Amino acid sequence: MTDLTDLTLAQARKRLADKDVSASELTDAYLAAISERNGALNAYISVTEDIAREGAVASDKRIAEGTAGPLEGIPLGVKDLYATKGTHTQACSHILDGFKPPYESTVTQNLWDAGAVMLGKLNMDEFAMGSSNETSHYGPVVNPWQRDLMNVAVRSEGGDVGTIESPPKDDTPLVPGGSSGGSAAAVAARLCVAATASDTGGSIRQPAAFTGTVGVKPTYGRCSRWGMVAFASSLDQAGPIARTVEDAALMLNVMASPDAKDTTCVDRPVPDYTATIGDSIKGMTIGIPREYRIDGMAEEIDGLWSQGIAWLKDAGANIVDISLPHTKYALPAYYIVAPAEASSNLARYDGVRYGLRVDGSDITDMYEKTRAAGFGDEVQRRILIGTYVLSAGFYDAYYTKAQKVRTLIKHDFEMAYADGVDCILTPATPSAAFPIGDKEMAADPVKMYLNDVFTVTVNMAGLPGIAVPAGLSVEGLPLGLQLIGKPFEESDLFRVGSVIEANAGHFAP
Amino acid sequence: MTAIVDTRTPNPKNFFPGQDHDWELVIGLEVHAQVTSEAKLFSGASTGFGAEQNSHVSLVDAAMPGMLPVINEECVKQAVRTGLGLNAMINNRSAFDRKNYFYPDLPQGYQISQLYHPIVGEGTITIQVGPDKDGKFESVDVGIERLHLEQDAGKSMHDQHPTMSYVDLNRSGVALMEIVSKPDIRSIDEAKAYVTKLRSIVRYLGTCDGNMDQGSMRADVNVSVRKPGSDFGTRCEIKNVNSIRFMGQAIDYEARRQIDIMEAGGSIEQETRLFDPVKGETRSMRSKEEAHDYRYFPDPDLLPLEFDDAFVEELKADLPELPDEKRARFMADGLSEYDASILVSDKAIADYFEQVASGRDAKMAANWTINDLLGALNKDGKSIEDSPVTAAQLGGIIDLIKADTISGKIAKDVFEIVWNEGGDPAKIVEDRGMAQVTDTGAIEAAVDEIIAANPDKVEQAREKPNMIGWFVGQVMKATRGKANPKAVNELLRVKIGG
Repeated sequence: MTDLTDLTLAQARKRLADKDVSASELTDAYLAAISERNGALNAYISVTEDIAREGAVASDKRIAEGTAGPLEGIPLGVKDLYATKGTHTQACSHILDGFKPPYESTVTQNLWDAGAVMLGKLNMDEFAMGSSNETSHYGPVVNPWQRDLMNVAVRSEGGDVGTIESPPKDDTPLVPGGSSGGSAAAVAARLCVAATASDTGGSIRQPAAFTGTVGVKPTYGRCSRWGMVAFASSLDQAGPIARTVEDAALMLNVMASPDAKDTTCVDRPVPDYTATIGDSIKGMTIGIPREYRIDGMAEEIDGLWSQGIAWLKDAGANIVDISLPHTKYALPAYYIVAPAEASSNLARYDGVRYGLRVDGSDITDMYEKTRAAGFGDEVQRRILIGTYVLSAGFYDAYYTKAQKVRTLIKHDFEMAYADGVDCILTPATPSAAFPIGDKEMAADPVKMYLNDVFTVTVNMAGLPGIAVPAGLSVEGLPLGLQLIGKPFEESDLFRVGSVIEANAGHFAP
Repeated sequence: MTAIVDTRTPNPKNFFPGQDHDWELVIGLEVHAQVTSEAKLFSGASTGFGAEQNSHVSLVDAAMPGMLPVINEECVKQAVRTGLGLNAMINNRSAFDRKNYFYPDLPQGYQISQLYHPIVGEGTITIQVGPDKDGKFESVDVGIERLHLEQDAGKSMHDQHPTMSYVDLNRSGVALMEIVSKPDIRSIDEAKAYVTKLRSIVRYLGTCDGNMDQGSMRADVNVSVRKPGSDFGTRCEIKNVNSIRFMGQAIDYEARRQIDIMEAGGSIEQETRLFDPVKGETRSMRSKEEAHDYRYFPDPDLLPLEFDDAFVEELKADLPELPDEKRARFMADGLSEYDASILVSDKAIADYFEQVASGRDAKMAANWTINDLLGALNKDGKSIEDSPVTAAQLGGIIDLIKADTISGKIAKDVFEIVWNEGGDPAKIVEDRGMAQVTDTGAIEAAVDEIIAANPDKVEQAREKPNMIGWFVGQVMKATRGKANPKAVNELLRVKIGG
């Protein structure tokens, strides 16, 4: 029999609607897969079996009654950053030990209202700070993909491998990317149909690229941030990770909504994002930014990008070279703005009202002990950076300047779009997935930060972006391309992204 | 920061005497006024005073993970109304900033405030200082630097447990207006008049209840001293003064403390101080070096606050009459500046007076309201809201005087009866036979009797017409005050001759 967990969201929706399979069967299949494989991957940090089964039963009832919602009976994983009522919500931090909110985030509520079923909470970098999912209090997530041993061996001898059935694998555990590493790994490993994720500097797109999945970071303000544990408020945005472009569109259809509880969330209708999938891109203009061709870029990344350009050109798009001159300032500016906001957003974790408290001799001692024990190294590093850049005497030199850079970056994109560009094509990441515990990255946080070099600009400008799997590295690991769109023109991303997908095919570990 | 301009000419009447020369005070005030609104600044929780601890706390107020602030439009309107009442610039675009510091009664770890772009800019209010011994007020213009909206913190309670402190978050997130004056104030009396005027303006506007004893209004007082007319000195800030009387004491103590230091050859350290009302002194809270670095930055959870001119115009059109306008109107109705100033100083008093004066003689209504009613309220420590005599009752008493039913003197007795027992003044006068005797026959009999009994005094009165007063008193006494004094006077003059 075909494993039910192999079904895409679109396929599962059809089978459920046809009553060919029940929501309970589908949910059980996923719960079984989780219990079998999550131990090795550590993608879920909390599996909500009872909620999942009850949800599935309710879905079956609604399907039988003909009142099914758009995601009726679809089993999903939820990044631990989303508040889910009465269940584990800690943003994978020790400092939120035992925290179970009495409220549900707007995005997850939208999903449950549409009939989706919650399987559990997914691992992530602590407070979404990281690009490898190694900063989680619950330990790293293992990428379901492994390096192709034969490829590596042959390549080292300068040979050509051709295509090999079931090549032997190198069992060095690789990172799934981050911060939405649990979401990406669970989707890639068939431990959920799709998952919620969040993206502050690349946290959806980078792990999607590392796992051969599709990740969408919508325009800032498209999804409500209400009930999402905040990292950097002006950059955080909810989005889906899914197996196909269509699945991602189906997820975003439901996740996006206006929300009076988040004043940065826009009050505009949500279009059907699947509507443009498969439409011809003939006549669309795709910009290729020269600044993304960075020094020392891996040949295979460059090759992948060229391949992507060729596919779009073949599909009838106009390809134009563009310049986004302030690109090189984006990463440094991001590492001022994001930590600054984080240093303030994380001040509420003080041991007074909820989560971890380590007793001290007085209030200051209690604060210090609680925060020293509750926050991991990376989170502490960013709180320190953020506190520093906002300090008297440094504010203008760092924060004000970074905000100016941000305006310039935004302006770069506006100029390109004003010149007629519809979408911008770039690589999603500078490399494929790397091993857990990579010594170079561990020794130099800036190396880790460079993972986001292609993605942060999009957050800084508040634009929508999508990462679509586009091929495999020489080591047999997935690589992705990124499309950047105009504000609130996510439909363009799904339309062009589906062309890349049609050419590249799908990738499963 | 813009340069601070000295707008005042030194006035010797404000000086503090010193060893070698006089000293001049320079005062600037930051008044925190709680916005009158049903809900908090960024959450739907109630702002009710005196509720059970932690019963008015939303998820936002408790800073639960993922919660976001949403601006309460009513608080914005209240701030704009107040700005208009301060004759100030309304900023159609303002923004919120975070002021970061750790304290258990500050759940977010930051206060949302407006540092860089306040909702209200510069303005001016005119204060009435006095009255002096001639009943005259001095008008002084005090500049307003800005008004901004911010969240209040919760309350730490250190007296509930032997080793722990408790926190009550009912106030957490309540909207405050911080109204910052320019350093235009030069005396304790001016400082008191400024806060009194500010309180009166916000009460007229209904934007703050002004109840300092409930913490709805409190002031941070910046005090420095200098040789009259010289440059501004170094200031100390006295935090959280919660009554006008305490403010006066605090400024007085602080000015003398600073003068003593300067006269001993020392210099003033810029610092934050606390006033201890029990000891009547200020003491150091933290020095400039210990001052917090609040790491202000724009709150990324909130969009800039924007509104158009129409929004402001609409609020302006609905503004009530403010104290200055009311005083001018009262004076046009014939009241003295003194009376008008007293009456408008408190909206409740002005409202009371206007009810009493409605359809009656304004001057008489003012005299009764100020001398009798306010006098009695002061004596009993009551506020106008708790007055045992209503405006209608006081009006009734005045009507009885006007109709010559009772004399002014009897009216005082009637007032006292109404004060103590309540009731309709007309009925009281009737029931107790207090109506004055206007029957000339009855008065004449009393007059004749007194004249007959005192021939020697009649002689004296013929020599010295002032003596007629003695006879009036005797007649009033004989009639138990009910004789119409006018009639008594006339009869006496005729009978004694003069």
